[in-house]
Amino acid sequence: MTPENLLNIAILITLLPLLSFLINIFFGKKLGKVSSYIGTTIMGIDLILAVTVFVSKVFNTWSEYLVQNADKSLTYLASDAMVQLKYNWFSFGRLNVQVGIGIDNLAAIMLVVVTLISFLVHLFSTEYMAGDKRFPRFYAYLGIFTFSMLGIVIANNFLFMYSFWELVGLSSYLLIGFWYEKDSASNAAKKAFLTNRIGDLGFFSGIMILFFTYGTFMYDEIFGKMATGLIPFDSGTMLTVAGILVFMGAVGKSAQFPLHVWLPDAMEGPTPVSALIHAATMVAAGVYLVAKVFPMLTADALLVVAYTGAITAFIAATIALTQNDFKKVLAYSTVSQLGYMIMSIGVGSYMTGFFHLLTHAWFKAALFLGSGSVIHQMHHSAHHFHDHHTDPQDIRNMGGLRKTMPWTYATFLFATMAISGVPLTSGFLSKDGILAGTMAFGNLTGHWLIPIIGFSAAAMTAFYMFRLTIVSFHGDFKTKIAEHTSENKFVIVFPLVLLVVLSLWFWYSPNPFDANAGWFAHKLAAPKTAVPANLQWDFLLTEEQKTAYAEKTSKAAEAKANIKEALPATAEGTELHKEAVAPEANQGAKEAAATESKAVGELGHQENDLAKASEHKAEEVKTEAHTTETAAVKEEHKTGEAAVAAHGATTHEAGNAHAEAGTHGGGHYVNKFAEEMHHFHVPAMILSLIIAGCGIGFSFLMYQFKLFNPDALANSLRPLYNLSYNKWYFDEIYQATIIAFTVGFGKVLAIFDNKVIDGIVNLTGWFTKLVGHITAIFDNVVIDGLVNLLAKVTSLFGAMIRKVQTGRVQSYVAFVIIAIIMLVYFLK
Amino acid sequence: MSIGLNHYLILSAILFSLGIFAVISRKNAIMVLMGLELVLNSANINFIAFAKFGGMNIDGHIAAIFVIILAAAEAAIALAIVLNIYQNYKHVNVDEIDKLKE
Repeated sequence: MTPENLLNIAILITLLPLLSFLINIFFGKKLGKVSSYIGTTIMGIDLILAVTVFVSKVFNTWSEYLVQNADKSLTYLASDAMVQLKYNWFSFGRLNVQVGIGIDNLAAIMLVVVTLISFLVHLFSTEYMAGDKRFPRFYAYLGIFTFSMLGIVIANNFLFMYSFWELVGLSSYLLIGFWYEKDSASNAAKKAFLTNRIGDLGFFSGIMILFFTYGTFMYDEIFGKMATGLIPFDSGTMLTVAGILVFMGAVGKSAQFPLHVWLPDAMEGPTPVSALIHAATMVAAGVYLVAKVFPMLTADALLVVAYTGAITAFIAATIALTQNDFKKVLAYSTVSQLGYMIMSIGVGSYMTGFFHLLTHAWFKAALFLGSGSVIHQMHHSAHHFHDHHTDPQDIRNMGGLRKTMPWTYATFLFATMAISGVPLTSGFLSKDGILAGTMAFGNLTGHWLIPIIGFSAAAMTAFYMFRLTIVSFHGDFKTKIAEHTSENKFVIVFPLVLLVVLSLWFWYSPNPFDANAGWFAHKLAAPKTAVPANLQWDFLLTEEQKTAYAEKTSKAAEAKANIKEALPATAEGTELHKEAVAPEANQGAKEAAATESKAVGELGHQENDLAKASEHKAEEVKTEAHTTETAAVKEEHKTGEAAVAAHGATTHEAGNAHAEAGTHGGGHYVNKFAEEMHHFHVPAMILSLIIAGCGIGFSFLMYQFKLFNPDALANSLRPLYNLSYNKWYFDEIYQATIIAFTVGFGKVLAIFDNKVIDGIVNLTGWFTKLVGHITAIFDNVVIDGLVNLLAKVTSLFGAMIRKVQTGRVQSYVAFVIIAIIMLVYFLK
Repeated sequence: MSIGLNHYLILSAILFSLGIFAVISRKNAIMVLMGLELVLNSANINFIAFAKFGGMNIDGHIAAIFVIILAAAEAAIALAIVLNIYQNYKHVNVDEIDKLKE
């Protein structure tokens, strides 16, 4: 497949759901039930296309490729990293705004994730939403959501990303508030929308900082320019700030602490929507974003990302322990797992973070669709008994569903095992990778809190997920409603089975205990960081980057020193010196330093300008700088560390790093972090197995065998229980602080409005009225007087002349004759 | 004393004055019309006189014939109007027909 074809198919994939949206929104009423068939068929086609793109992008090699049309407005680029298209959208002065789409391995995998889950949800909803009065509208919304999500995936620039980001927010709003007759649903929709806006504000500011600095929205161009050392406002802090601001978008969309409060409320939407948007795809957009901008995150920004993820994972897991609403448990579990992914990318374990996104998408979609299956049946059953008081989503009303809904139970149980990290599931592979990553991070930086949180969240995840399964599916029927349920139709069961099959290990790695053995780890290597080496963690730099940095700093320092020496020297002296050094310069070293020396030469040139040396002298010194350069490189190659040590204080640190890396020198590891992760792979695996086992075992003891009484435990830990049950009082805290402050501030503004602004307006009004009165008097007296006078004069003349009009013909004739006589007399 | 242009003109002037006088002073519309005929005929005398004594030659005669034709046409229309007035007012007194004033 040529790059053009690949990109055209990607565009087609994105636009097809939009077609579904347009058909269903405009002809929905006429189509009725048919709209679901149209939507599902379109998504089926979409899925097939997405798989084509995925296979051809990920499993083919893409040699360097560059095609431009005549006026260079359209560019096709391809490399192993990314196949992309750039289009000059508009030019504005010197600014040339480009947009385009790009498919890298990340995007290719996401395309399949989004289309497959969207397809299954379309299928699932044909049954789940049947009978809803706005059925076609639902399919229209699903269509626009899928369109915008795919837009995020294929964007290769921040501009598209941001546009589709907002579109996704809109469709999420529409779908959460789908049953807007319910107050809770419309409130949840508003909450989700507004909370997301806070994050998006940061995202937008971040984009603006980058655009201001680099003059482009393209990822590859921004990272490319950043790698050459150009950073916002020449300040590492600003680069960190830009990274954190962009990350804020992810905080909003992926429901990270402190903006996680909207996601559990979003469960007011229809359950298939929860599966599609609020578990598998849209909330993953944040993680996807962080993965995309990973190269530009500095060490400090990464630390913020890691801690945000860790805190989110922990808080959400503790809340999920005590919730009784089926979907709320899953919602908090989603928040917790998203925290995991973010944390993973934050510690630098890029691949495992995205891997968890993928595996989590399958099993969490399975869990949500399973919950949909249960709730659908509970709802029907409650309807059967004309019971409208029992909450069909409350797990305390379920129990024993294992007997009536075997397929749902089996798939749900497997998905629960996957999320808990039981071996042979995909969840085990990804979670184990994340935990190994956090341990490696802890060891390298001393931030051991992150792995500790990671493991404790893993234990809690295993516990609450099995609690959910046991309480709702095992034991006896707790209500007659639960007893009356039965297994759902094929269209509901099929997606569950398919998603669970995808949660098996062998799709990703032949070895169920090591993800690194599979294609995924190889196809999704972490991108090289573009951040200047002094702003990045040592262990995330590759060997070449370190060497380059060490050379750059040492060369810069040396060149500076040489120039200072050379400046006072005469032309002759410089010549001699040059001759002496030149033959020693090794040809190979020259080549190696060629690129480097250019930069340093520039630097030397600047130095000259500063010193205001004569033109001739400057030229000489420049040549000199070049030559010293080559000599220095050679020297360093010979003596290694000794030479580095001699470079002085500025280069000391980098030199050390270089030396350290040299001694470890594993060769096949990209950087130190990858090596460290490899070391921690086995310990992390053993620990996570023990911890997940503990969580599962505890859950079984408590709810299956009833060895402990959960209520007694809750009573003995009342404050902690209440904290968890009330979701850490986040909503209340926000209500009391931010919302109260906003409302209070609004009130102050209202007073200002009422008193000051209204006062000014009223004063203006009063003044205008006064002026009006004066004008009115002038009008009445002067203007009207003039007009009346004119009228009176006219009517006076009229009255005089009308006397002539007697109506008698003979008098007229007499007048005529008199007039003629007078005329003749006077004109004579 | 031979009869010259002046005699004709004086005759014509007298006739014209009488005509005008009739037009202005008579109550009866028929009389007013007859006054008008006098005025026209005085003009005819002038045309003929100038044809004979002035340089108008045949032009004067033709103009006189036109005036006669015009007088006939005028009489026809005027009498029709007078008839209509009579049907409306049951009289033809010009000084009482002043509705146009209002």
